[in-house]
Amino acid sequence: MSLIIADHEFHSRLFTGTGKYASSQAMLASISASGSELTTLALRRIDLKTQSDDLLPPLQQLGVKLLPNTSGARTAAEAIFAARLAREMLQTNWVKLEIHPDPRYLMPDPIETLAAAATLVKEGFVVMPYVHADPVLCKRLEEVGCQCVMPLGAPIGSNQGLASKAFLEIIIEQARVPVIVDAGIGAPSHAAQAMEMGADAVLVNTALASARDPRAMAEAFKLAVQGGRLAFEAGLGGRSQTAVPSSPLTDFVQGLV
Amino acid sequence: MTDVIASSVNSEPTKGYFAQQLSDLNWSEITALHQNATSSDVDRALSASKRTLADFAALISPAAVPKLMDMIAQANALTRARYGNTMSLFAPLYLSNTCANECTYCGFSMSNPLKRLTLNQAQIEQEIAAIKGKGFDHVLLVTGETSKVSMPYFQKVLPLFRQHFSQVSMEVQPLSQQDYQQLQALGLDGVLVYQETYHQPTYQKHHLRGNKTDFVYRLETPDRLGQAQMHKIGLGVLLGLEDWRTDTLMMASHLRFLQKKYWRSRFSIGFPRLRPCVGGIEPKSVITDRELVQLIAAWRLFDADVELSLSTRESPEFRRFAGQFGITTMSAESKTQPGGYAEETPKALEQFSIHDDRSVAEVAKMLTEQELQVVWKDWDPALRS
Repeated sequence: MSLIIADHEFHSRLFTGTGKYASSQAMLASISASGSELTTLALRRIDLKTQSDDLLPPLQQLGVKLLPNTSGARTAAEAIFAARLAREMLQTNWVKLEIHPDPRYLMPDPIETLAAAATLVKEGFVVMPYVHADPVLCKRLEEVGCQCVMPLGAPIGSNQGLASKAFLEIIIEQARVPVIVDAGIGAPSHAAQAMEMGADAVLVNTALASARDPRAMAEAFKLAVQGGRLAFEAGLGGRSQTAVPSSPLTDFVQGLV
Repeated sequence: MTDVIASSVNSEPTKGYFAQQLSDLNWSEITALHQNATSSDVDRALSASKRTLADFAALISPAAVPKLMDMIAQANALTRARYGNTMSLFAPLYLSNTCANECTYCGFSMSNPLKRLTLNQAQIEQEIAAIKGKGFDHVLLVTGETSKVSMPYFQKVLPLFRQHFSQVSMEVQPLSQQDYQQLQALGLDGVLVYQETYHQPTYQKHHLRGNKTDFVYRLETPDRLGQAQMHKIGLGVLLGLEDWRTDTLMMASHLRFLQKKYWRSRFSIGFPRLRPCVGGIEPKSVITDRELVQLIAAWRLFDADVELSLSTRESPEFRRFAGQFGITTMSAESKTQPGGYAEETPKALEQFSIHDDRSVAEVAKMLTEQELQVVWKDWDPALRS
């Protein structure tokens, strides 16, 4: 089954990014091998003024859907401004909302994110908010009209995997919009684990870009995401649990008809 | 009778409400989920950490009977983990047995030659004193449905209860979202509206006259309650009116829908069952005592958090062990006729006869012997927004 976000159908559940690659050739080879149909790029990296932009034209050639992000914004006002600019420059109303006032760990600001999301939804944006794995925040974002939520697995770029697992499980169980696990996924096994839990997609960037062979790693992630999703749909077996009821209760139940 | 009898026309489903989704749930496909369940489906369901509707279907199927003790053990562990060693007690209070509905299974049906009574303020105050005297702090107000016992009456009586009880719930006819908001402001904390059955043709067969004939309006009641941000919303099917397993699975889908959409509310499940009785209608599918134990344990395995509530329709022996297979709240020493607590009124006024007629003190003692702490107060008026 394919994934649908805001009427757009995705056959691949692996979303990618465009930062941190050694060269644009390596980036293109990697994204291409990943089978990804959505890739995010920072508005601040796009240079439309000069003709020497080495990011955008090759990406557009690849035919992958571009998702501008507001990385760099520290407040709702800055993010809203960036989103409007991106819409104009890239002719898309999709935006990955990222607001991190903290330059060290790049932790998303929940208060500014909710405020910006509410405004952007009203302006007709398809808003994909990057947030902490906070179940209540995710419901609040859903209520203001976000088309999906993107909770983090671990600090961005940390490759620590699903450190927020217990909270991601609640978010996935409760969500009425797709849940995309973003940030922290450092290995194909992490991606598979997120998909087995029932995440609708994962977004992976650093693990691909910083691999010794980004193209091969992209293929590994592609297979892991497919495998994890298949396992989720097939219905995973759990661990067997044992406990012993009291004997009067056993007598009572066994005496019933 | 001055009550207006509604025609049996159903309301149009509201966009985004559960009634709109009901058509996606195919009755025979859901039935197949439990009919075709095998022992390996049961094993998988037992060992799963999050259980799907198919897992739930396996757990309530006959294939799970050999694993019943395993189910109970897990249900007990989940209940203890979430609720601790406690059991909440509440008292149902029948305010009125007048009713303009005609339902095949109910003693309050309009055509039943029954003495009708609607409590006035003085009578209500006597009932309150009697119930408070037994130690209760959570009261469930119950009525039939007439134009006389509707919003103006509820608005008048709710403040009387608000003064005396930390938690006030209602089991009355479906109301509008605005009505629920108004009652909430007057101190209402929870509302139970049982769908009876999710199978519309069967529903229409048993609800012959009155507003209750409107299947869709009733089905959308939890949506209206959710929109009103009611603290607690109670669901139930009348077990036996239709295939109780399929109805249960439909209700489980309904619960999941509501939990996702109205995530600020708590939910409660009740287990009224239709039993064969003289002069009453024959259940389409009888649920036995053992199947009811299985059903309750399966509910707990399906949802670790949901409140599971048991009435005094069940036997003392059944209720003695109920806390060990998932029940978290129960009524005690219930009177199902208006005015029943303050004075001995004729039994002919009752909606249904109770099976566990022990006193509250006896029930509390029984629970203590089961190593459960009785919880009388589990809410506070300060938490009413």
